[in-house]
Amino acid sequence: MISACPSRPVPAAGLAAPPPVLAMCATWRGRGYNENNSYLERPVTLIDLPRRTGAIVEDVDDRQPGDAIARRLRELGFVAGERVEVVAAGPFGADPLLVQIGFTRFALRRAEAARVRVRAGEAA
Amino acid sequence: MSAAPLRLALVGNPNCGKTALFNLLTGSRQKVANYAGVTVERKEGRLRTPGGRDCVLLDLPGAYSLQAASLDEAVTRDVCRGFYPGEPAPDLLVCVVDATNLRLHLRFALEVRELGKPMVVAVNLMDVARRRGIEVDLDAIARELGVPVVASVAVRRDGGRALLAQLDAMADHLHPPTRRLPEGTDMHAATRALLQAAVRMPSRTARIDDALDRWLLHPWVGLLTLAAVMFLVFQAVYAWATPLMDAIEAATAWLGAQAGEALPEGPLRSLVVDGIIAGLGGVIVFLPQILVLFAFILALEESGYLPRAAFLLDRMMFRAGLSGRSFIPLLSSFACAVPGIMATRSIQDPRDRIATILVAPLMTCSARLPVYALLIGAFVPQQAVMGVLNLQGLVLFGLYALAVVSALLVATVMKRWRRDTGEHALLLELPSYRWPHPRDLLIGLWERAAIFLRRVGGIILALTILLWFLLTFPAPPPGFTGNAIDYSFAGRLGHALAVVFAPVGFDWRICIALIPGLAAREVAVSSLATVYALSVADEAAAAQALSPLIANDWSLATALSLLAWYVYAPMCISTLATIKRETNSWRKMGGATLYLFALAYAASLLTYQLAVALGAG
Repeated sequence: MISACPSRPVPAAGLAAPPPVLAMCATWRGRGYNENNSYLERPVTLIDLPRRTGAIVEDVDDRQPGDAIARRLRELGFVAGERVEVVAAGPFGADPLLVQIGFTRFALRRAEAARVRVRAGEAA
Repeated sequence: MSAAPLRLALVGNPNCGKTALFNLLTGSRQKVANYAGVTVERKEGRLRTPGGRDCVLLDLPGAYSLQAASLDEAVTRDVCRGFYPGEPAPDLLVCVVDATNLRLHLRFALEVRELGKPMVVAVNLMDVARRRGIEVDLDAIARELGVPVVASVAVRRDGGRALLAQLDAMADHLHPPTRRLPEGTDMHAATRALLQAAVRMPSRTARIDDALDRWLLHPWVGLLTLAAVMFLVFQAVYAWATPLMDAIEAATAWLGAQAGEALPEGPLRSLVVDGIIAGLGGVIVFLPQILVLFAFILALEESGYLPRAAFLLDRMMFRAGLSGRSFIPLLSSFACAVPGIMATRSIQDPRDRIATILVAPLMTCSARLPVYALLIGAFVPQQAVMGVLNLQGLVLFGLYALAVVSALLVATVMKRWRRDTGEHALLLELPSYRWPHPRDLLIGLWERAAIFLRRVGGIILALTILLWFLLTFPAPPPGFTGNAIDYSFAGRLGHALAVVFAPVGFDWRICIALIPGLAAREVAVSSLATVYALSVADEAAAAQALSPLIANDWSLATALSLLAWYVYAPMCISTLATIKRETNSWRKMGGATLYLFALAYAASLLTYQLAVALGAG
């Protein structure tokens, strides 16, 4: 799923990724956000957020030119500067995610949520 | 007063309470049909304003954007613009927004305004907003939008008064919005400015939603609750509807007997009793299940729980090429595929909907149970397995499990094979919890019943009469000693089919019984009794008398083969008629028939040949 993402930079060779839990924490503290940290080799998106922690939308990435799902996400309010929060996750494989944006809650499959880039932050 | 009624169209996001407002304004003066050429539901109603003006109100499908992402949204977009073939352009757009969800809904209102058509905004659910401490300045919104804005409360009897008054005030001089967004303005920025100017919100979510979601979406508390809800629904469809269905069957039989006495012996009597009355009874008998199921589905949908159930199960269903919303239609198909297939209307994505419709007939419906019971009773010994389990029960469970596994496999195969391999998003809104309003439930139920009786009932009735014809004609000559059914077209067809079914172990008698079983699967049992020339009063007696007969007459391999056949059997014209109606396509219906037939034949062939090879022939 993620390997299909064209915007994903190639990870540095020889550096093992940390266990998922650690990666999540690292992500969350804002470390390893870009190429000067070896932990993370892709941008932080909704699927990296811990539950019930506010974040700010940076952008929605198109998977391919004219990505209809990315366009719809923007129409639903996933635009730069909006506050988001992952409220809950599905019982099987934490999929889908329940995401609060504005005053609305949407269930997004992980593939959809992975299009929404976010950064740490509380109120917009 | 002008003679031509004012044409209004209700537009708005899904879950804005648009349909509740529609029900409030039009009451029972509604017509439900489909838009020309597509299976998108078209709802139209009439109303008269206090000023005496007649209006025709169209309830357009809910849309998040006019950049359509689904068939529903494309219809909404085209009707709003006045482009939809055969649909006159509305004179006035009534854009409904939810006062508790203005961030999302005002953006859509802005998009609608940019169409440049005369429009009024109805801010709905104002009562809920007030209770949550949300302050909405309607004048400020009206000023910023450049269109009239009114408050509405769809659940209150007089909740549409402001809107009606506004209609009277503006009907004679409709004009486009006075403001437009400057070229290139970001719609979201404009929405944000609008919110800043007109809305004060103490908190982003309702506390009750947070609390309920915490439990209802909890990984295992949520699943347990869902299982309990599903059990209740299933139980209700299965058990509560049964007395009503028995009553309908008894009434049909009584009516048939009365008509039989009143009419002279002959083809006319047979047509009226066995064709028309039995056929009508066969249609109406589905109503209790449809009404009970839809009462639950509508209540679950209105309350906001149905999208939550879809959320919990989406991953599982998605794996198999379905979606979380497929679950309830499939579950109800265990009672009967007819209401199950009708319930797929709650699945917005057309691809997921078709996939669900196509696998729904695989769910073991209650009509197959009598056949299972007869065969298992006659052929499977009553013995204990591992002390506590019963072999007969185990076989029955196995048949149900086989059906579910097959459905998942078929869905997976369809997912692999279909040409459309694009990613279809879930993007499902989980709306605030609400109490379902009785008026909306009743109108919804009435619509379902009317659609079933009018559209599906006609096909079922016609096919039942055709079947009666095949079973009755030609009548045997006076000296004929065998069964009348043997001499009829159906009998001859049965004999011809015996050649085709010889490899799966069905003799001509079974083949003949399969034909009336087309009308309803459970009829196969009493048909078998007819073929075996038993004179019995009802189904239960038929099964009792048949059991020893077939135990002697059939081999175990034949019995197992027939069981396998019934796991897949496509032989239910009511289901096929419903598939035709709900997909609006003879091809899809034909495809469903063919694949079910092929599966049934293959399963029976495999079972029979395997059983014969193992010495059960």
